[in-house]
Amino acid sequence: MNQPVEAATGDTVELHIPCRAEWVALARLAVSAIANRLKLTIEEIEDVKLAVAEACTSIIQQDAHGETLALTFETMPGALRVHVRDTGSHELRAEAPSAMDYDEARVVGLGVFLIRTLMDEVSYDQHPERGTDLVMVKRIVR
Amino acid sequence: MDIKVNVRESAGDCYVVDLAGEIDVYTSPKVKDAIGELIDRGVYNLVINLEKVRYIDSTGLGVLIGGLKRVREHGGSVNLVCTNPQIKKIFDITGLVKIFGIFEDEDSAMKALV
Repeated sequence: MNQPVEAATGDTVELHIPCRAEWVALARLAVSAIANRLKLTIEEIEDVKLAVAEACTSIIQQDAHGETLALTFETMPGALRVHVRDTGSHELRAEAPSAMDYDEARVVGLGVFLIRTLMDEVSYDQHPERGTDLVMVKRIVR
Repeated sequence: MDIKVNVRESAGDCYVVDLAGEIDVYTSPKVKDAIGELIDRGVYNLVINLEKVRYIDSTGLGVLIGGLKRVREHGGSVNLVCTNPQIKKIFDITGLVKIFGIFEDEDSAMKALV
């Protein structure tokens, strides 16, 4: 355990968490550890951490979302690829707000803006029945 | 993962809200409640100290924007104390540096309010 950790590529890590706010911190911790193994800088780790959390938050805040958030982290040569999607039935959440207020609406846009700004590639697919599917890539340039 | 919120009265009609920890989708309602309670009591000049905040996301930014919007309706303002470069970066890239007064220390943030 005391040996220096070499940046490893070609590995895939999967994390499934309940689609609820209290579990987003675990997604942040996981991606931080993986980004650290890839020897991303502290600033890059913070960028990826925020982008992943924003993706999870964006799904959780939707009126209809699945029961589980599935996150797949792929360590690739020169890049970290993160796939975030919600799975399970897409029923209206019990606490669905009747109308989004100004702040909430603005925040959803801010989250997506942050993801696009902090990551190098982002693709996003949203479907009322299939749920949300978001793939983002952080390139590691040295 | 939690957020600690401490509210204290300062000079004039100003209050300081000290935040410590991580502000995300889970913890931001606690911050929103603390700021909302102050505004409901008629406090419209606030300094929010983010020096001990290690992480903030869009929901945390939304709470700060919401608080600022409410106090401005009453002629008040919200100044922030922020020294963490990563958090400053988020205010920079979202353009919120143009909306909030962001200061290196509490004295400067307070002086700019009164």
